Order: sequence, then C-alpha cells, then structure tokens
Amino acid sequence: MSTNVSNLVYLLTIVTFILALRYLSSPAHARRGNQIGAAGMVVAVVVTWIKTGGTSWWALALGMLLGGGFGAVAARRVKMTAMPQMVALFNGVGGGAASLIALVEFHRIVPAAGRPTFDISTAIALSGLIGAISFAGSMVAFAKLQELIKGRPITYPGQKFVNLALLGACAALGVVIATGVQTEWLLWAVIGGAALFGVLFVLPIGGADMPVVISLLNAFTGLAVAVGGFELENNLLIVSGMLVGASGTLLTMMMGKAMNRSIANVIFGAFGQVTAEAAAVAAGGGGQAVRSVSADDVAVMLAYAHKVVFVPGYGLAVAQAQHDVRQLADLLESKGVEISYAIHPVAGRMPGHMNVLLAEANVPYPQLKEMDDANGEFPRTDVAVVVGANDVVNPDARNNQSSPIYGMPILNVDDAQTVVVLKRSMNPGFAGIENPLFYNPKTVMLFGDAKDSILKLVAGVKSL
Amino acid sequence: MSHNMLLVFEVTILVLAIFLGFEVISKVPTLLHTPLMSGTNAIHGIVVCGAMLVLGLGHKGPFAWVIGFLAVVLGSANVVGGFVVTDRMLEMFKKREPAKAVDASQNSKGDA
Repeated sequence: MSTNVSNLVYLLTIVTFILALRYLSSPAHARRGNQIGAAGMVVAVVVTWIKTGGTSWWALALGMLLGGGFGAVAARRVKMTAMPQMVALFNGVGGGAASLIALVEFHRIVPAAGRPTFDISTAIALSGLIGAISFAGSMVAFAKLQELIKGRPITYPGQKFVNLALLGACAALGVVIATGVQTEWLLWAVIGGAALFGVLFVLPIGGADMPVVISLLNAFTGLAVAVGGFELENNLLIVSGMLVGASGTLLTMMMGKAMNRSIANVIFGAFGQVTAEAAAVAAGGGGQAVRSVSADDVAVMLAYAHKVVFVPGYGLAVAQAQHDVRQLADLLESKGVEISYAIHPVAGRMPGHMNVLLAEANVPYPQLKEMDDANGEFPRTDVAVVVGANDVVNPDARNNQSSPIYGMPILNVDDAQTVVVLKRSMNPGFAGIENPLFYNPKTVMLFGDAKDSILKLVAGVKSL
Repeated sequence: MSHNMLLVFEVTILVLAIFLGFEVISKVPTLLHTPLMSGTNAIHGIVVCGAMLVLGLGHKGPFAWVIGFLAVVLGSANVVGGFVVTDRMLEMFKKREPAKAVDASQNSKGDA
C-alpha cells in the first residue's frame, strides 16, 4: 500500500477520534462516539498491518492477542469503583510502548552511516524520556490506588533536590542524543533514569492530589505518543497523541484550579511534611471530643428533614455504597425530602470520579450539584451527609493558614443545620490531614463501614 | 518531499492538533470527565500502530524482535482495555430518564 493511500486512511481514523471526543459533550451520545473511535482504531490497525507487509505476521498476531486479551479481560472484570487504577494502568502501558518504540528505532539507526537528523534523534530521546516517566509514574499510581503500597505521601529529606537532579541528568543525556551521538547505552540511561524519576515523583503524592497526577500522566503519555509520531514520521500518531496531550493538560489545569494550587506545587509540594506534623498533633488528641450517634437517631433526623444533601468522597467508592446511597435517597424522596448530591471536582481519585459512581447507581443528573451550586444550597439544608469524604469538606482549607490544604475551595457543609459524617474510624484520611469539621458542635459522627451504615439508615427510615 | 518539508508539515499539524484538542475538550461537561480521561487513554493506544511498524520492519535483529514484540503487547493492552473500560462507563451514563425508585434496588444486585 502506498504511503499516500495509508495516510489518507489514517486521516479517516483521526476524524473518528475527533468525533469520539466531540460526542463526549453530552451523555446521550457519548457511547456512540466511543464506538466510532474504536472503529477508527480498527481501521488504522488493519492498514498498519498491511503496511508491514506481513513479514512478521505471527509475531504481530501473538503480541496483539496477548496484550488485547489482557486488556479486554482486565477491563471487563474491573469493578466500577476500581476505575482510577485501571485508567492509570492502561495509561502506563501506552507510555511504556512509546518508550520501547524509541529503543527499537534508536537501535535501528545507530549502525547506519552518517548521523541521524536532529529532529529524529530529538524525538527518540524525548519519547523515550516522557514515555518512561509516564509508565513508571502510572504504575506507582496504580499500586497506590490498588493499595499495594501506602497511599500516604512517602517523603525523605532532600527529595525535591534528588528528583530535580535526576530529571536534569536525564534531560542532559537526552540533549547528547539529540546532537547525534549514536551510543545506544545513552538512551537506556535516559529511559532508566526517567523511569526512576517517574517512581520518585509519584511516591510522595497522595490523597486529594491523585486526580491531578492521573490527568498529568495522561497528558504525558499523549505527548510521548505524539513525539513518537515524529520519529516514525507518522501523522496519525502525532495528531492522536497531541489530542490526548491537550486533553490531559486541560484536565490537569482544571483540577489544579479546583484545588487552588499550581501544578508545580502539587508535584513538588510540601503535602508530606506538614501532614506528618498535623497527624502527630491529631494523635495527641487535643482534648476535643466528637459526638458519636446511632444509625436510628440519624434515620429520624433524615426522615423529618426538608432538605438533605449527600457529599460523596473516596470512602463511598471503597465501600461500594453508591447503590445503597441511592436507595436511601429514593426512600427519603418518597417521604417528601428534597435530595441533592454535592460533588467536589477533586472528590475521589480521578477527575469526575464521583459522577461515574453515581451514574452507575442511576442517580438523576439534576440532583448532582457542582461545588458552587452546592455551596449556595447548604445554608438551607437541614442535614448534610458526608459519605467517605474528608479533605474536600475540611474547614481548615478556609481558616487555617498552616494547613497543607489551605486555600483549596471546599464544600461548606458546616453551613447546614446538621452535618452527619459517615466514617470508618477517627483515623485521618488518605492524605492524613486532621479535620476540625468532626469536632464542630453541629457535627455528629456515625462510625462504621459506609455501606453498613447506609443500610442501617435505610432500615431505620423504613421502620419509621 | 524533502525531509525538512515533511518536518514543517508535521509541526504544523501538531500545533493545529493542540488547538483542536483544547477546543473540543473544553466542551466536555464535568459530568463526563472520567470517561474523557479513559477515552483519551484509549486514543493514545494508537501507539500500537507505531509498535506494529517497528516490529514489522524487515532485517531486524533479536533486539528489535523482543522489544518490538513487547511494545505491541503493551500497545494492544492500551487500546483494547481503554476502549472497553470507556464503553462500560458510558453505558451507565446512557440510560437516564427520570429514574424510578425500582431500578435502584435492581441495580444493587448487579455487578456492584
């Protein structure tokens, strides 16, 4: 197949990808868009297969069967609540592939007489570098979200310096490659160093910062793929990769804005250190007491309220309580209670995480309130029910300048008449920050697994 | 086409793609941000085509065989996993009329 023909077909694929993104502007036809994109992908794979001339068809087939099989099974089996880590995993393997392509390309052009052109060698160095950061970073994010390693920030003295030095060294080696030095171990060093950097840069990031990191890694992989397009002189990779790069960047900026923090602050921020002190203070107790109540008391409170707002957080995902919350909400609605859900932009572990969970439970869209709308409603809310959310309702973000989350816009649940916090225990959350909301006289705590607690509330409301 | 001309073309479409990306994605509502991430995740699975090209090269040594093969495996996992996960998410967003109390109890028995 001539390059012109294949490039034209690739253009068709590009159009399907753009349509896929375009269709995401409304839930009604978003799924159709995704299917169109998938069809475009199939077309591109077929054309590429023909381009390779069939010399290594069995290796291609085996590789695609293995990878595709794994992807299909993993994606089918994963629970909706485990979506963030699945997205991180698939994001990582894409970055890994871009990195490996750079290795093969470099290996191929190294023995050739004459220096490779500047743009090709730059592209090789860059896609190797970014792809490796994305791969390693995503794997750490995956491990954190899957709770294979501790979710709390992991810090040590001089961390920022070590990270910056490592990144600088990788970049310097990359520049050497870009100038046309054809030594293969250089690229290995870049990729190895970048992978180490990826690990080190995600390790200290925890809790509420996870959505920012996930979108940032998404942008990285897109960028690595786009740069890979330059090294293979392939328009399809350039455009598709850059679309993803733009999307990831935009989401990262939105998340940063929602937390009122710059991206640099998230990546190199002092979340860890301050947190350790705050946690130590919390362990000391401080002489404050929390009010613990029984599920039956809360059930009465809810059933006789005029307006109840649910504030979901990551705890809802962990307990997989979304259907039960919906059931409770329906029950309350049938008793004439006005229901809404207040969604903080960074609640959960990825952008829009809570929306997906509540969509799974078929919560009607008009009941989902974004932060600004929700904050307008809290003053006339009788009961705000916080289900597994912590940092996004922490008043320290408004009042306490020494808090690591100071300045982050939050849901002002303490404007409501009463706040009910469903929580497993008094341990500080994923990010490990103390929350004065729990000691507020308006607040009552309902301890226990979120799912169990909600089910008890359902039973309690039914028996009234 | 000379190499430099090709490069200029490539940079041109790269820059256009950046603007197009920002334009299209800024229209996606907050509600769909997770499917957006997952959908773009699937799109960068296009890297599998690059992987296929390097594995499909003629005259390759064992190194290109092994690394190229690995790249194809990773790339295919990215594509298939990305599209399937996105489809599963969007499936949930689709069926949404003013919901009835009944389907909440039905759903809780589902794959929760």
